[in-house]
Amino acid sequence: MCLAIPGEVVERFEKHGMRFGKVRFGGISREVCLEYEPSAQPGDFVLVHVGFAIATVDREEAARAWEVLEEIGQTAEFADEEGQEP
Amino acid sequence: MRYLDEYRDPDVASRLLERIRAAVTRPWVIMEVCGGQTHSIVRYGVDRLLPEEIELVHGPGCPVCVTALETIDRAHAIAERPEVIFTSFGDMLRVPGSHGDLLGLKARGADVRVVYSPLDALALARRNPDRQVVFFGIGFETTAPANAMALVTAKREGVKNFSLLVSHVLVPPAIAWVLQAPDNRVQAFLGPGHVCAVVGSRPYEGLVARYRTPIVISGFEPVDLLEGVLAAVRQLEEGRAEVENAYARMVSRDGNRAAKAMIDEVFEVIDRPWRGVGMIPKSGYRISYEYRAYDAERVFEVEAIEAREPAACISGAILRGVKKPCECPAFGVTCTPRTPLGATMVSNEGACAAYFQYGRAPVPRTLPVAP
Repeated sequence: MCLAIPGEVVERFEKHGMRFGKVRFGGISREVCLEYEPSAQPGDFVLVHVGFAIATVDREEAARAWEVLEEIGQTAEFADEEGQEP
Repeated sequence: MRYLDEYRDPDVASRLLERIRAAVTRPWVIMEVCGGQTHSIVRYGVDRLLPEEIELVHGPGCPVCVTALETIDRAHAIAERPEVIFTSFGDMLRVPGSHGDLLGLKARGADVRVVYSPLDALALARRNPDRQVVFFGIGFETTAPANAMALVTAKREGVKNFSLLVSHVLVPPAIAWVLQAPDNRVQAFLGPGHVCAVVGSRPYEGLVARYRTPIVISGFEPVDLLEGVLAAVRQLEEGRAEVENAYARMVSRDGNRAAKAMIDEVFEVIDRPWRGVGMIPKSGYRISYEYRAYDAERVFEVEAIEAREPAACISGAILRGVKKPCECPAFGVTCTPRTPLGATMVSNEGACAAYFQYGRAPVPRTLPVAP
């Protein structure tokens, strides 16, 4: 029910006096209301729930969190080689 | 797809599991609040990968499941009217009321239609000015801004034949309800990532301060869930209790200000009954007085409803995390997703439906013997 999926904004337009965008999810795209994420631009990734963008992916946070995950990987592999827990 | 596929990476998941195994020294009970998380956990078998000290229990965060039987019956009474086009998200169609479900009503001639968004229901109203279009507005804080926008747009455009039957529920009062139960076992929570994308992590700070229980805002993919579990276990092992955000690419402390402002514009907080649970104070929204012309409860007078719930169902205990689906004698026998007896079997985000769908129905102990 609270399922929301990230997709890439490819185009912005107006409809019924509201800001909309065409958002691509993998192979398919659909119209999404951008009133709650009005600054989302083509190339941005937005989190879409029941036809509305409710968040824009924070690229810095995503990159930072992923770095931490990658680091975990490296230290874990290092630990494997040494045969001990990190 | 970007920001999705990488969070299903098995290598990253196995490294996180190593970290969790290294951190845990004793048994802990952690509840994932959101039904979407429950579905993902059971689908990917995340709970079975964790060290045996960690028990994941499934929370009340399935809005389809907890929509009160009385509200379902009211929806059916409205949908039966010849002038009404009744619209809903697809997962409400099979939810049993006291007298069958919306699919059954549709089979008997009612005009029931599935829509993807409340804006699609509003578009139907524009195209059918001689009909009354009603949208069944259920959901948590995640969905409320979408429903609010549909009403505000209808009012602005002067669309008179559109209304919302609202059964919105809120997460923080449900967490408090779990923690206040005398038989509570939950020691930490994975917070609902998409609810928090709207409201932010701030509303959970008061709960953590009051109950000294860790809440880790988590996403929905296996790597997100494992990150959430790791953070929760570390807090528990170190005796800390904080709101921690393990889903920072989507969630900020204050959430989406425009969406929250729209919720405040259209809705007001009320006490709401949860199916399988009972009344939880200040746990839901209703449409405010200014938007009463769009409130289906006021537009359509429905005679007194007498709701009847099957006695066999233990969904209340399951929603509190006290029991697991397999402990119910009806599970997989008389109660299946095709013939649900209660709340947690009706939506695929309910714990019972997820267990059934992913092959956790009990195997009969004695097989029939060939003569």
